[in-house]
Amino acid sequence: MNDHTQERPGNRLDEQVHFAAVDEFLAWGKENSLFYLLFATACCGIELMQAGGPRYDVDRLGMIPRATPRQADLMIVAGTITHKMAGRVRTLWEQMTEPRWVVSMGSCANSGGPFSKWSYSVLNGVDKYVPVDVYIPGCPPRPEALIDGVMALRERVRKYRTLGVRETTPHIVAGHEAPFGGGGCAVPPVVEKAKE
Amino acid sequence: MTIEAMTPNGERMTLNMGPHHPATHGVLRIVVESDGEVVATCTPDHGYLHRSIEKIGECIDWPLFVPYTDRVDYVCAMNANLAYCLAVEQLLATDAASAVKVPLRGECIRVLVAELNRISSHLVAVGAMAMDVGAYTPFLHAIAQRELVNDIFEKLCGQRLTYNYVTIGGVAFDLYAQASEEITRFLDQFEREMVRFNKLITTSTIFRDRCASVAPVSAAEAIAWGLVGPNLRGSGVDWDLRRDESYGLYGQLAVRVPVGQCFAGRHGKVGDCFDRYVVRLLEIQESVRLCRETLKLLPPPAVKANDPTGGYQADVSRQLKKPPKGEVHCRTEAPRGEMGYFLVSDGTKVPYRVRCRTGSFSAAGIFHKVMRGIFLADVVTVIGSFDIVVPEIDR
Ligand code: SF4
Repeated sequence: MNDHTQERPGNRLDEQVHFAAVDEFLAWGKENSLFYLLFATACCGIELMQAGGPRYDVDRLGMIPRATPRQADLMIVAGTITHKMAGRVRTLWEQMTEPRWVVSMGSCANSGGPFSKWSYSVLNGVDKYVPVDVYIPGCPPRPEALIDGVMALRERVRKYRTLGVRETTPHIVAGHEAPFGGGGCAVPPVVEKAKE
Repeated sequence: MTIEAMTPNGERMTLNMGPHHPATHGVLRIVVESDGEVVATCTPDHGYLHRSIEKIGECIDWPLFVPYTDRVDYVCAMNANLAYCLAVEQLLATDAASAVKVPLRGECIRVLVAELNRISSHLVAVGAMAMDVGAYTPFLHAIAQRELVNDIFEKLCGQRLTYNYVTIGGVAFDLYAQASEEITRFLDQFEREMVRFNKLITTSTIFRDRCASVAPVSAAEAIAWGLVGPNLRGSGVDWDLRRDESYGLYGQLAVRVPVGQCFAGRHGKVGDCFDRYVVRLLEIQESVRLCRETLKLLPPPAVKANDPTGGYQADVSRQLKKPPKGEVHCRTEAPRGEMGYFLVSDGTKVPYRVRCRTGSFSAAGIFHKVMRGIFLADVVTVIGSFDIVVPEIDR
């Protein structure tokens, strides 16, 4: 064949057509379009906002903020969760469609942060209410740290199998075992009563 | 037209805005009762971000509370630091034996960082308000400029958001080399950028008409409801603590105070959303000027120890172990209005009571009044124009 367009890299048939298992293909799609719920409660929310701004631009990772949980795959819990708010976080998480992932951003969402010791109203760790996949330390974490956490989450999303057998993988930041296993959690686990 | 005339059959729908809503700037819940498109009543519900910061103040030493003041208002953490530190200094000054004198260079750096932070805070306010009414692009421009202020602060103290930089007796670190040049360069390009920003959104007829005459607050009402800061000045009240009860270096700086005067033209009213918005933009300009003035006053860094002007921090460790007994209330002008700390000391190294008075709290107080009778779509405009930050309300 003399058709020169055929020989250019990127135009050959084997470069344009890919074969993949359905599961892998779905995972690839999910990994590259992690829409996140715009859920900013406190200071870390400003960093989340700036991560969406022009310098860090998480849009290029396929992450677009969504105002409603129904359209979101990923919930970034950015900021302090108080006892009054905790039930709402759970409701929001339940409203998200499966598979769903949760990133806990900042010390407050991880463990109560600067409020863990003296505050009577702050929940010490959002993982008491929703299963967390990735924990990002920092008060507040830099947008680079957030992006790093998202990259770690993408590894996890890539392993998610829609049709095949699901395994729950261990948590990404060691030392923090979330109570419900995490990982696109399918069965809504029972909530522990918050300790007052 | 009254609500009763607009809602002849009295059927109302209750609508929950928040606590998770992208336009409530955090976790504010507003219960709106509406008839069709018209808001009948509006009740803010607070406490979703109550982190008991004031209680924490009673548990830890005087200087250790400074990082928590960052969290009271994280959009302008420098000003929040400054308010608390000035209050503690005022407490120490009640006894001549423990009074501290902040070196001149320290005072200059304080004003510099406070004004830079005011710029970045108002940028979030105007950008977010534009986003709330549906214009996303100005928000990105504002955030791009805020990043540049964050760069300066990061070089100064290593943090982008919660600085913990202003300390009791001065500031934590001296300015880095070339800081003045970098700040001047930022201000130069920032002024050019603001011209573009204004072309993009402030002069846009759609935006102006959307905000004109929405939720006007008259001067008398604003005073009666205790509005402070740009919300008060937006209603045409000429009051700014930096000029009228000046503290620190502001007495030498001749602060010019912009007030609202029906910027929207014949469709507007004094004290409407557009006035509050424009007052913030004018304050940004004033802050740029103040930064320039302060850089001129900045004395060179100290070459020897205990230099009375060139130092950046006075040593207060001795005084804070045994501060004088008594109580003080110190008011400062933060970007969201008056931020005051009321401190009670029983003479120990732990405060007896720390009470914090903030601007967003009184702004949230007037919501139910101004929102009566406006359209549902304007609720987010009003919230944006008052520029509330939820932890300031809940603390
Ligand atoms: S981790 Fe720090 S910055 Fe983030 S919400 Fe908590 S106090 Fe604020």
